[in-house]
Amino acid sequence: MLLTILGGLDKDGRPEAVERINMVRGEILGIVGPTGSGKSTLIDDLEQFAQGDTSSRRKILIDGRPPEEAVRSDPRKKPVAQLSQNMHFLADMTVEEFLEMHAKSRGKGPEIVDRVVELANTLTGEPVRREHHLTMLSGGQSRALMTADIAAISDSPIVLIDEIENAGIKKQEALNLLAGEGKIVVVVTHDPMLALMTSRRIVMKNGGMVKVINTSDGEKGVFSDLLRVDRWLSTLREAIRQGEAVGAAL
Amino acid sequence: MRLAVVAGTPGSGKTSVLMHTARALQEAGLRPAVVKIDCLWTEDDQRFSRLDIPVRVGLSKDMCPDHFSIYNVDDMLDWATAEGADILLNETAGLCLRCAPYPDRALAICVIDVTTGPNTPLKVGPLLTTADVVVMTKGDLVSQAEREVFRERVLEANPRSRIIEANGLSGKGATELATMIRCGPEAEGEMLLRHNPPLSICTLCTGELRVAKAYHRGVLRHLDGFMEYQGE
Ligand SMILES: Nc1nc2c(ncn2[C@@H]2O[C@H](COP(=O)(O)OP(=O)(O)OP(=O)(O)O)[C@@H](O)[C@H]2O)c(=O)[nH]1
Ligand SMILES: Nc1ncnc2c1ncn2[C@@H]1O[C@H](COP(=O)(O)OP(=O)(O)O)[C@@H](O)[C@H]1O
Ligand SMILES: [Mg+2]
Ligand SMILES: [Mg+2]
Ligand SMILES: [Zn+2]
Repeated sequence: MLLTILGGLDKDGRPEAVERINMVRGEILGIVGPTGSGKSTLIDDLEQFAQGDTSSRRKILIDGRPPEEAVRSDPRKKPVAQLSQNMHFLADMTVEEFLEMHAKSRGKGPEIVDRVVELANTLTGEPVRREHHLTMLSGGQSRALMTADIAAISDSPIVLIDEIENAGIKKQEALNLLAGEGKIVVVVTHDPMLALMTSRRIVMKNGGMVKVINTSDGEKGVFSDLLRVDRWLSTLREAIRQGEAVGAAL
Repeated sequence: MRLAVVAGTPGSGKTSVLMHTARALQEAGLRPAVVKIDCLWTEDDQRFSRLDIPVRVGLSKDMCPDHFSIYNVDDMLDWATAEGADILLNETAGLCLRCAPYPDRALAICVIDVTTGPNTPLKVGPLLTTADVVVMTKGDLVSQAEREVFRERVLEANPRSRIIEANGLSGKGATELATMIRCGPEAEGEMLLRHNPPLSICTLCTGELRVAKAYHRGVLRHLDGFMEYQGE
């Protein structure tokens, strides 16, 4: 599968500097830029397979062509799973009832519920249980459950993620879980670690794609330093949580 | 002249979606006009008038707003014709879940807010079950899983409907809705309602204020569901 973004117009109606981006399976692409620069809008264009009919006038192609009408309008045919910026569920039902209904809507059986709950619990320190009410879950629990739900139930070849770093879940594990095997992943992020897990990142400004930065070998070196810092931070956090004194420096 | 009747509970996003849709219709070279029906007050006409299209308000006051809407279909169509429009968008008040003010030769559009939870599609009644198009709004406020569960519930309530996931803020879904309206039926000849409005032939309808049961006549329904005619 080849996913293509054809550039449109920025907020001032000027053509975007980046005219075309092609993505293949197995790739993680980042979107970076200040607040209001159009990151969520680009994610939304991908989600709805825009055909020059959104405010940005971008076009999204699959294998070089606009997708068929049914692919755009019927979510069961849509090869896209999306984790948006929402941190809470609004449906008044238990985790179990909700996951069973969602599994049914995707043509899957109730046995998948256990797996989703299990995956969610790998992403958050606060346990999520089947009998919990959705609206009572914390931000971290909700995001962990939404992430696990996407990985197991919505399981689609294109995965769109809008900022998982502020969700209070294990962000690196979450990204790896969503990326799975051979998917196309597009992630909006301000987090240096997540940004460096991508192979390229699109830079947004004033609603337009202004350039693409390839993750260099130098940046990959920075990434391994970041990993060490991140592990160090987690051991510190855990020591403090357990009521212990904090020991070794980095 | 084509007629699109846009119904849905208050605040569900009817005006927001219609503004984007009207603009998409204009861009396609069509001439939409809007009539907003409400009970006592509305500011929707001010919002629509920013689009530079003919706009009119009808306030139903003492009459059921949906009954009012149905009773005035001919007048609305005549007005839109006189204004040189070729599409009439009629936004209803959407207060009564038992009424569905959809004529057969109109595109019936039900706007429904996904943040109200996945049981809502089962509660809305004929407004949803007799619609051609169901527009789900505010999906930006919930997760994809919640949207999918909601959608499933809409299809359970109305399997024939075409569902559009729209966003009243960004305009997502408006082009698709505009296309459906353009391809909708011509409002001509004798039109019939899709669903009968509720019974409203009792003493309360004619102004009785006393609460006690003894004062009421007409076709009445008891708490336990028993229905009877009281009177001469
Ligand atoms: N987040 C979000 N808000 C929306 C969306 N659509 C509409 N709104 C907001 O919901 C509120 C009500 O929208 P309206 O379009 O006025 O709703 P309406 O159905 O026309 O309301 P009445 O005419 O009063 O019955 C407004 O504050 C809108 O900005 C949406 O897709 N997402
Ligand atoms: N290319 C564009 N053309 C017109 N408006 C745009 C464009 N890109 C973004 N916008 C508008 O700018 C605002 C901020 O965009 P958003 O995608 O939410 O930014 P971010 O997610 O980076 O904070 C939104 O109201 C959006 O509709
Ligand atoms: Mg954003
Ligand atoms: Mg309105
Ligand atoms: Zn009524």
